[in-house]
Amino acid sequence: MPIDPTIVGTRTPEFQTTAERGRLRSFAQATGQPDPAYTDLDAARLAGYRDLLIPATFLFCLEMDNPDRHRFLADLGVDMRAILHGGQRFHYHAQAYAGDTLTFWTEVTDVYDKKGGALDVIVRDTHVSRDGTPIATLTSTIVVRDPKAAA
Amino acid sequence: MNTAYLTAGDTFSLDCPTITRTTLALYAGASGDHNPVHIDIDACHAVGIEDVFAHGMLSMAYLGRLLTATFPQDRLCSFEVRFTAITPVNTTPTCTGTVAKVEDGLAHLDLSVALPDGTVTLSGTAVVTTH
Repeated sequence: MPIDPTIVGTRTPEFQTTAERGRLRSFAQATGQPDPAYTDLDAARLAGYRDLLIPATFLFCLEMDNPDRHRFLADLGVDMRAILHGGQRFHYHAQAYAGDTLTFWTEVTDVYDKKGGALDVIVRDTHVSRDGTPIATLTSTIVVRDPKAAA
Repeated sequence: MNTAYLTAGDTFSLDCPTITRTTLALYAGASGDHNPVHIDIDACHAVGIEDVFAHGMLSMAYLGRLLTATFPQDRLCSFEVRFTAITPVNTTPTCTGTVAKVEDGLAHLDLSVALPDGTVTLSGTAVVTTH
């Protein structure tokens, strides 16, 4: 199923979200994080941080809260079970903390096929900011395959 | 680690916990990635996949733990991976980082996550400031 190349350049509306301390503690538990700066406010402050640190990959999780993200894939007719995450990049500009209100927007930057059309690749950049200050840029490469071809 | 004295070839590693079905359920909940291929074996069977497999971003989170156990997180400039193989459930990966070069106050790291049988599941790089 070829992906329409004219989606390159399309953008989601801006979306705002906040990382709650409780969710960051759940993430620390799920990832086996032993460093208390990610779970204990006193420990974070003792280490010189104003609140719990948002972990290095957690901005990707916040991005997934964007309702337009799922709508985007559904509109393309993509089955969630047919998606593979091909690659992920983070460029960091400033540290973000629990409680920060972060603004996200995503743009499709590239679409191409691989293996004679058996795989479609979609590349998207997500820009994250806090009160207009850049926090990070995330680049996601998503591979859409024929689910029947899965091992 | 005294990062002012990093040199090419320095290595550091992290032994991940065994990734159980419980791990995947907890990660799905905390991350917000509810893709059924990671948590629902029936949904996997419906599309011809034998069993659930781990979220790639769970392994990237372990690599993130390796980085921030070695460097303060606010020194991280960039962090990227390619997902090169699926991580099956009930395996115990190892994360490894190696300093490739140190130049102009930046350390360039090569990163990988491997399964006990040697399969590399993630391959990537990171750049951190040395001070």
